[in-house]
Amino acid sequence: MLRYTIRRFFLMIPTLLGVAVLVFLLLRAMPGDIVEVRMLMDGGQVSPEALALERARLGLDQPLIYQFYHWITGIMVGDFGTSMWTGRPVIEEIGNRLGLSLQVAIMATILAVMISIPLGTISAIYNNTWIDHVIRAFAIAGLAVPSFWLGMLIILGLLLTFNWIPPLTYTPIWEDPIRNLSQLIWPAIAVGYRYSAVATRMTRSTLLEVLQEDYIRTARAKGVYERLVLSRHAIRNAMLPVVTVIGLEFAFLIGGLVVTEQVFNLNGIGKLFVETVTRADYTMVQALVMLVAAFFIIINFVVDLLYAVLDPRIRYS
Amino acid sequence: MKLRLGTLILGLAAFALTTGGVDAQTPKKGGILKFAVGAEPPSYDCHRETSFAFIHPVRPHYNTLLKFDEANYPKVVGDLAQSWTVSPDGLTYTFKLHPNVKFHDGSAFSSADVKATYERIAHPPQGVVSIRKAAYEDIASIETPDPLTVVFKLKAPNASMLTNFASPWDCIYSAAKLKEDPRYPEKNVMGTGPFKFVEHAAGSHWVGERFKDYFVKDRPYLDGFRAIFITNTSARVNALQAGEVLAEFRGQSPADEKKLKDALGDKINVAESPWVCSLVVTFNVKRKPFDDVRVRRALSLAIDRWKGAEALSKIAVVRHVGGVLRPGYELAASNAELETYPGFGRDINKARAEAKKLLAEAGVKDLKFKFLNRNVPMPYTPVGVFVIDQWRQIGVTAEHEQPETKAYIGNLRSGNYDVGLDFNCDAVDDPNLQLLKYLSSDKSTINYGHNIDRKVDELYEKQKRELDPKKRAAILRELEKHILTEANTVPVVWWHRIIVTWKQMHGWHMSPSHYINQDLQNVWLDQ
Repeated sequence: MLRYTIRRFFLMIPTLLGVAVLVFLLLRAMPGDIVEVRMLMDGGQVSPEALALERARLGLDQPLIYQFYHWITGIMVGDFGTSMWTGRPVIEEIGNRLGLSLQVAIMATILAVMISIPLGTISAIYNNTWIDHVIRAFAIAGLAVPSFWLGMLIILGLLLTFNWIPPLTYTPIWEDPIRNLSQLIWPAIAVGYRYSAVATRMTRSTLLEVLQEDYIRTARAKGVYERLVLSRHAIRNAMLPVVTVIGLEFAFLIGGLVVTEQVFNLNGIGKLFVETVTRADYTMVQALVMLVAAFFIIINFVVDLLYAVLDPRIRYS
Repeated sequence: MKLRLGTLILGLAAFALTTGGVDAQTPKKGGILKFAVGAEPPSYDCHRETSFAFIHPVRPHYNTLLKFDEANYPKVVGDLAQSWTVSPDGLTYTFKLHPNVKFHDGSAFSSADVKATYERIAHPPQGVVSIRKAAYEDIASIETPDPLTVVFKLKAPNASMLTNFASPWDCIYSAAKLKEDPRYPEKNVMGTGPFKFVEHAAGSHWVGERFKDYFVKDRPYLDGFRAIFITNTSARVNALQAGEVLAEFRGQSPADEKKLKDALGDKINVAESPWVCSLVVTFNVKRKPFDDVRVRRALSLAIDRWKGAEALSKIAVVRHVGGVLRPGYELAASNAELETYPGFGRDINKARAEAKKLLAEAGVKDLKFKFLNRNVPMPYTPVGVFVIDQWRQIGVTAEHEQPETKAYIGNLRSGNYDVGLDFNCDAVDDPNLQLLKYLSSDKSTINYGHNIDRKVDELYEKQKRELDPKKRAAILRELEKHILTEANTVPVVWWHRIIVTWKQMHGWHMSPSHYINQDLQNVWLDQ
C-alpha cells in the first residue's frame, strides 16, 4: 500500500508537467497579449514605447523558452510568480479566494451527500414505485437545471420576497458565522442540488445493480434482516462509484463555479478564473490551471485510497 | 423676448434633466457611501491606468491641478489650483495654488509636488509607464518661483491645454515620495484628496475614510466610502435594487433602468446624458476590397444612423447620431451640418441606391466578409447585429465574429480582420483625444484601419494649435467632412449614459464622462 501510494504520488509530476506545457503554449498561441488588453481595453492612445516598456517589465519580450524556463523553475521552488495584472504574488491572490471556494465546495458536498445517499437508497429500494418516480424526477430536474440559473432564481426570489440579497463581500466564518453562512448557504444550495442529483442517480443505479448480486440473495436466504443486508452488504459495496463521483464533483467545484460565483458576486477561484482569462493574465491563468489540475489529481488519488477502505478486497500490490 | 424666455426655460429644463436635478437641501455630514464598480483597478498609479474601474475607487484619494465644474461641465475650475492665468500667446500657464494643503501622511503640499508630478507624466523615469505622456509633449519647462506658484511654459500653443490640466488621470503625487521611488504610486495610495486610503481587499472591495485635514473647508461630507467590485451586470443591478449599494457610476442599460424604476419607483433618481463614447466601423485598408474608398463609402452609406440610433436606444446604451465629436459638445457638428456628410443623410433609400452604384463601379459583387466585434454584450452585440442587417439591405453579407477581448484587440492591432466594430471612448470632450483614432496609422496606435491620410494629420495639427474656438471649429468641420468622405473609420452611433442612484445620495452630478466628477468631495447622504 505504501509503495502504491508513493508510486501514485510521483506519477503526479509528469501529469502536472504536461498540463504546464500545454497551458503555457495555448495561452501564447492566441493573438494579442495582456499589455494590449490592459492598456487598450478602455480606448485612448498609448504610445508603442509605453507598450514595449510594459512588455519588457513583464518579461514578455523574452524568448518563449526562457519565459517557460523561468516560470517552471520558479514553481519547483514554490514561487508561482506575480500576477501580470495586479503585480501581487499569485499565491496571495489565490490564497485570498481559496477559503471561500473551499467552503462553498465543502458545504455543497455535505448537502449533496446528505441528500443523495438516502434518496438514492430509497429510490433503489422502492424501485419502480411512485416514490422512485418522484425521486428520479427530482434528480433529473437537478441535472437539467444549471446551477447558475438556479442561483439566479434564488437571488431573484430573495430580492422580490424579502427585498434582500446575500452579503456582497466575504466574511470568514470565524469572524462572523451568521454573516458568512447567510452569504454562502445560497450558492451551496444552488450547486449542491445539481451535485446531489448526480450522486442520487449514481447511488440508485449502483445499488440496484448490487441488490441483484448473489451475495445479497445469499444473505437474504440466510435470513439476515433486510436493514442489515442493505447497510452491511449492499450500500457499502455500492459506494465505490458514488465516492468517485463525489470526489470529481468536489474537485470541479474548486475552480468550476465560474458563473455561479459571478451571480452571487463571490470572490472565489471561479470568478478569478474568468477575470484572469479575460485579462490574459498569463501567470495567474497558468497557476490556476495548475491548481485545478492538482486538485483533480489529488482527489482522484484520495478516492483510490478510499476504495481500499471501503472494499477490503481491493489491495494495491 | 418670448422666444428668449422659452429658450431659457428649455435650457433650464435640459440642464435639470442632464444633471439629475439640483439639490436644494442642506448637506448633512456623516455616513458611508457604498457603490458598485464593475471591475477592479490593476495598479494604484493614476498615470499608468486607463480604466473607469480605477477612477471610481482611487480618484477620491487625490486632487488634480484643475478639474471640471461638477454642475457645469465642461467648464474648468481649480482643484489644487486656486487661480490661473494664460499668456495671450498661449505659451505660459501660471497657476496659484491653494495654501495649507496637506498630503495624507501629514506632509505639506507645494508647487514642487506639481512639478514632480508633471515631470513624471511628461518625462517618465526608467521603469515608469506614463500613458498620457503625449498630451504634455508641448511643455518646454515647469518652473516653481515660490511654493504656491507653478509656471508651465509651452513650445507651441495647444488649444486643449486647460482640458489636459483638468484630466482626472493627473493625480498630484508627493515629490518626496517620487524622489524616494518613482514607482511609489503603483503600490501605494497617498494623495491630498478628500478621502484617505484604508483598505483594498483584492477582488472584493475598496475602502476610504474622510481625510480630516482636507484643505476644502467642511468637506468631504461623508465619513467614508466603500466601493464594492461586482463584475456581473445582473448582480450589480440586484445590489442596487436591494439598496446594498446606492449607486454605480459607469452606467445602466435601458432595460436595467426600467427594472429599477419599476421596482423602486420614487426611491431613485435617474440621470441621463450623451456619453463621450462612440462605436465606429473600421475598414482594414490592407485587405481588398477595403482599400477602395468607393467600397468603404458604400458600406457607410448603407447604415441608417438616424433610425438605427432611435431603435437601438430602446435596448442598448446608445442613442445619438454624431460625427467625430460627441453630439452636443460645443465643437461638434450640428445635425444640419451632419446631414451633409456621406452616410448621415436622412434619405436612406437615396443613400443605399448610391451605395449600390459605388459597389458596382468598384466591380464588387456579392461582397462577403467577416465582421470583427467585441464579445461585450452591451452595446457591442446589438450594434454589431444592426450594422450587419444594414449591409444586408444592399446585398452585402457580413459574418459576425466576437472573440474574447484579448483576441479582439490582438486582431484589430495586427490587422487580422476585414471590417471591425471599434470603440472611441475618452475621459473628456477634446478634439485632440477623439481625433487620434483617425490619424494616420504611423502617428496613432489606435488607428486600426492601418491607413495613411496626411490631410487628416495636417488638419489635426492645425486645429490643435488654433486658440480661437470659432476658427478651430471651422477646421474641425473640414477635417470631419474629409474623414467621413474617405471613410477609413466611420462613427455609427454615440453612447448614452444612464445613472440610477438612490435618492438619499446627494451632491453627485451627471456628466458625459464616467471618468469625471468622481472625487466624492461634495457627495452627502440624507439618512
